[in-house]
Amino acid sequence: MSSASLANTASSGTPEYYDDLIKKFVIASAFWGLAGFLAGDLIAWQLAFPVLNMDLEWTTFGRLRPLHTSAVIFAFGGNILLGSSFYVVQRTCRASLFGGNGLGSFIFWGYQLFIVLAATGYLLGITQGKEYAEPEWYVDLWITVVWVAYLIAFGGTIVRRKEPHIYVANWFYLAFIITIAVLHLGNNASVPTVLFGGEMTKSYIVWAGVQDAMTQWWYGHNAVGFFLTAGFLGMMYYFVPKQAERPVYSYRLSVIHFWALTFLYIWAGPHHLHYTALPDWVQTLGMTFSVMLWMPSWGGMINGVMTLSGAWHKLRTDPVLRFMVASVGFYGMSTFEGPLMSIKAVNSLSHYTDWTIGHVHAGALGWNALVSFGVLYFLVPKLWNRERLYSLRLVNTHFWISTIGIVLYISSMWVSGIMQGLMWRTYDQLGFLQYSFIETVEAMHPYYIIRATGGLLFVLGAVLMIYNLWRTARGDLRNEAPIGLDSQAAAAAE
Amino acid sequence: MVKMEVKLMANIERDEVSGTDTTGHEWDGIKELNTPLPRWWLWTFYASILFAVVWWVLYPSWPTLNTYWKGTLAYSSRVDLANDLTARDNEPQRAARVKKIASMPIAAISEDKDLREFAAAGGRVIFADNCAPCHGSQGSGAPGYPVLADDDWLWGGSLEAIETTIRYGIRSTHDDTRVSEMPVFGTDYLSKTQIADVTEYVLSLTNKSKDSSAAMRGAEVFAGDCAACHGEKAEGGRDFGAPKLSDGIWLHGDSREAIIAQVTKPKHGVMPTWQGRLDDVAIKEVAVYVHSLGGGE
Repeated sequence: MSSASLANTASSGTPEYYDDLIKKFVIASAFWGLAGFLAGDLIAWQLAFPVLNMDLEWTTFGRLRPLHTSAVIFAFGGNILLGSSFYVVQRTCRASLFGGNGLGSFIFWGYQLFIVLAATGYLLGITQGKEYAEPEWYVDLWITVVWVAYLIAFGGTIVRRKEPHIYVANWFYLAFIITIAVLHLGNNASVPTVLFGGEMTKSYIVWAGVQDAMTQWWYGHNAVGFFLTAGFLGMMYYFVPKQAERPVYSYRLSVIHFWALTFLYIWAGPHHLHYTALPDWVQTLGMTFSVMLWMPSWGGMINGVMTLSGAWHKLRTDPVLRFMVASVGFYGMSTFEGPLMSIKAVNSLSHYTDWTIGHVHAGALGWNALVSFGVLYFLVPKLWNRERLYSLRLVNTHFWISTIGIVLYISSMWVSGIMQGLMWRTYDQLGFLQYSFIETVEAMHPYYIIRATGGLLFVLGAVLMIYNLWRTARGDLRNEAPIGLDSQAAAAAE
Repeated sequence: MVKMEVKLMANIERDEVSGTDTTGHEWDGIKELNTPLPRWWLWTFYASILFAVVWWVLYPSWPTLNTYWKGTLAYSSRVDLANDLTARDNEPQRAARVKKIASMPIAAISEDKDLREFAAAGGRVIFADNCAPCHGSQGSGAPGYPVLADDDWLWGGSLEAIETTIRYGIRSTHDDTRVSEMPVFGTDYLSKTQIADVTEYVLSLTNKSKDSSAAMRGAEVFAGDCAACHGEKAEGGRDFGAPKLSDGIWLHGDSREAIIAQVTKPKHGVMPTWQGRLDDVAIKEVAVYVHSLGGGE
């Protein structure tokens, strides 16, 4: 069977693509995505109603919060990044995956093991206490092995490419893979206490004090920069032109904004530590590099949106493309908001408030999740060899439910965050602070409910998507009127 | 190489929609237009770089081998904060009031209307951030944590007594802490029957007893074992922080079971010392505020 198909593909000049592997990543991404969204919405309700902590150590906010962030970033986002990168690199290099199914399966199952080890650790209270780098030393070592295998598979495929040039999507994927490796190694340098007769599940970071804080946010900010930005731009650069069936808007812009983004992002971390023990000169550099990062970030948005010129009409009939374009819009919005918030005067109001949470979710829900949904809707019919998705109307419903959810989330956190920041700095006429901390918490309560409701809509949307993808994979087609026709045409079509 | 360039050149197409040429490359059906950089993008990028360079000149920025560029404005966030605090503390009216509060005994502060209002305003927010987690918003109390808005005081409700309690705490780590300990009657001194009897007596003080003969027996137990601290008429003993038992206000619950539990194996609350965590002026401000909540003596 496989030798026959190999022979077939060899004669037609198309190499064998390892698409069964990508199916696994697609399923894993959808599965972990739903789990991560559910965890996120649960902790959103916990903030509004603390009784939902259930008075059990395993279900408290403190343990579920890293579970949520890791599930959505590394499990949902990571699986779609790895899976889509394998899909894209094989096709744009016209080469089959380096290492084949053996290496690919190792990467897939190794990555899932990393997720399970990390997640169960959080619930049991095993953590390094570093945001987005909570897993302990043995999980860190394991993911290092898997990541090197990933670099070999991805890089090896590029090396054996049949195209003369490397496509822009692959530059971004490669920047993501390499930089994440460097960040991971730098930030997780630690000494396990077991070496000195201590516990197995505990280690101490080698960096101390403000240097540890700086290393942490050098890592933390570039996890955003290279995992959630560069990697996802790689996805955008392949799937948007594919779905729009238009050429990429500007090759020149892609070169300039790629190198500008890569060079500038790595400096921006200190803006997470404004007005702390971090020396002033580091804070200045963090702020100014963040401001300079604005246009390089927007280069990706311009290339994404402008690729639609000549194809705008497709938005009326293609909700999958709508997901992708909306995601690029949210990307543009949050990459403007980020540099704005890095300016020290703005940061003195926004820092430690819910504004930051709103900003992160503008990027995470609006950009990362929406573009991932678009890619999942693109990939499933292709990978399972189906004529089309089970239901485009369901995709459309998903689009609106999740977009409304995001708007509720972001706007409630803007209001709540700015209010919180203003309450913290309000003085009465005698020079005393006007509000105590608990009064700010009380004031935020209604916004916490709105936020959690927005999150619930987002979860519901994901459930619709999984149902739709499952029916698609089964080969079902929903009998429905096409989207975007006016009612008469729709009636005529029926 | 030359051949390849020629081949690519040959693949350049004109895109009909935009009128722009492609680069001649193609990957899995994806082509790229050779659109120049948008001018507004490029100039905004240059402007942000210029902004950064100007900022670097003005503010502390690039490191050198053993120091860093201090900036022409000589800005320092530590100095900035220190200046802000000095400006606040040197504001004439505030400075005068704070100076008086620091130097005057608390009773005198309370007699001066202006100082009392100032201290209570400051004390309000200090209380809300530091005390309310246990004592509740505006001193409304919680099981195990006394209400501060009524006139029932364990260790005294005068300004001086409140100030002392805040400063040194109760059963705290401070050497001058208020401290007392109710004996564990259940294991050391009284039988279960005696404890039930004395509970009945205590309940009878607020007309909640349902067994008058047990209460009669309990009265004897009370006189022998409890009155020394709680007073002959159960009016309480502030020297020992012993609660008044005849007023229907209960720290650890008013049910028969709760009282039996407290006599059998008493709970002892702990309040931390605030000396060192709050400065002298802040302690006085909180004391004035608590005194003003309704029960001050």
